[in-house]
Amino acid sequence: MLKFSKAAGVGPEVLGAEAALNAMDEAQVSIKDIQALYAGSAFSGGIAQRLQKMIGQTGIPSASVSNACATGATAFREAMFNILAGDSEITLAVGCEVMPRGLLGGAADNGVSAEGLIGSASMPAVFAESGQEHAAKYGTTFAQFAKVSVKNHHHSTFNPKAIYQKETPLEEVMGAEMIAYPNTKLMCSVNVDGAAAAVVMSEREAKRRGLMNRAVKVRASALASDAFQRRNPTMWDVNTATRMAADWAYEKAGLGPDDVDLVELHDCFATAELLHYENLRLCGPGEAGRMIDTGETAIGGRIPVNLSGGLLSKGHPIAATGIANLYELSCHLRGVAGVRQVPGARIGLAHVVGLGTVSAVHILEKAN
Amino acid sequence: MTEATAAERRTVLPCIKIDERGQAYVEARRCSACEAVVTSQPVACPSCGARNTLRPFRASERGVLHSYSIVFRSFPGVETPFISAIVDLDDGVTLKGVVRGVEPKPEAIKFGMPLRMAFDDALGRRDREGRSYVSYFFEPA
Repeated sequence: MLKFSKAAGVGPEVLGAEAALNAMDEAQVSIKDIQALYAGSAFSGGIAQRLQKMIGQTGIPSASVSNACATGATAFREAMFNILAGDSEITLAVGCEVMPRGLLGGAADNGVSAEGLIGSASMPAVFAESGQEHAAKYGTTFAQFAKVSVKNHHHSTFNPKAIYQKETPLEEVMGAEMIAYPNTKLMCSVNVDGAAAAVVMSEREAKRRGLMNRAVKVRASALASDAFQRRNPTMWDVNTATRMAADWAYEKAGLGPDDVDLVELHDCFATAELLHYENLRLCGPGEAGRMIDTGETAIGGRIPVNLSGGLLSKGHPIAATGIANLYELSCHLRGVAGVRQVPGARIGLAHVVGLGTVSAVHILEKAN
Repeated sequence: MTEATAAERRTVLPCIKIDERGQAYVEARRCSACEAVVTSQPVACPSCGARNTLRPFRASERGVLHSYSIVFRSFPGVETPFISAIVDLDDGVTLKGVVRGVEPKPEAIKFGMPLRMAFDDALGRRDREGRSYVSYFFEPA
């Protein structure tokens, strides 16, 4: 994973190439060992082949993946399934993004823009409305949502790969420019460029290469999309797909939320993180506010969430995010996460959710 | 500018229709197999997959506030702040829209507050041909 930053005039394939080479070096393989490539970019087409032109055109099967904010996670899944299908032993998954600047989202245009008429289609507003649904049901407050941002910015001070390493006290978060109530500017994910890559191997191959001492095992991979809900898509539903993916992942892994040592979840906006505590079954319905109030999800807490700084402070280059969160889990499972290391971490859960809607959950385990 | 005839009046969403008397309304569809309600125009029912079961109906103009955001930063050219709202109508339809006639402050907005739909010109917006559009707005009921 590259440190997330604003790329100066380079294409996503350049960032992806650097991340891919780093991942291959770490796994002690070369492009000639890679038997299939899945590369994701949400904003650039043909990324797999553009990437191969940067790092080696070996003629292997490759595919470009685009799946909203689940792009990186989907590329990773496909790289894994290629091995499970028996077609290969070693594959490469890359997520890379050079982002359009400014506010994401876009209103319908049936002749004139519907923005400001049919509410707002901006992402901060859409996720504010999701958070306010929780507020209506459970009394969740602006301050509780803001505390998510305080926590994740705090965590990022321990992560040199986050774009920001800066504390943001509660008053600063709540007093920042209001974008879409209750999301202030500091409660919106950071628009940055970046890339992350993963070398995926069969267990047999990892053993053959003597890599089991730092290998990370995929206990479960689950992807769910947009089951019908009465208000969706008038009101985008980020909850149902997340719950489905999480439940399938726990079932496949034969594990439950209490077995998880750390979580990287999709905090695209501070309002979203609290919803996902419940969607990922880290607490019961209506208990997310208490979780953030009591510090259960902060570093050193019962179940630390977004130790990387999350999308709020590490940054959110769309396609890179789904692999970057697997990278964060892997650092902890290998015991190399430095100051933010979860002591003795064995199981990690990574989650992304993109509008449309699609959600991916991966459960990773320390291999030995 | 001459007054447009009913047939020529344009709307900001495909589900906003103009009837023969020139009255605007929202057209929703209900599945006769599973009762799901949509405002889009799917080929089959997105809830149960049944075909040829989506029956159009004229949506209620009354409902309650389900959720909202107060939007301060929007896309270029859009006046802020405004209340972006998710409104559950009495008949199972959910619409997104703007609430007017309520101060854009959290203390002035109550979840579940009753709202009614009003149709009006789309804030003076014109398309490239200079034509005006009709939108719906929500107001306290």
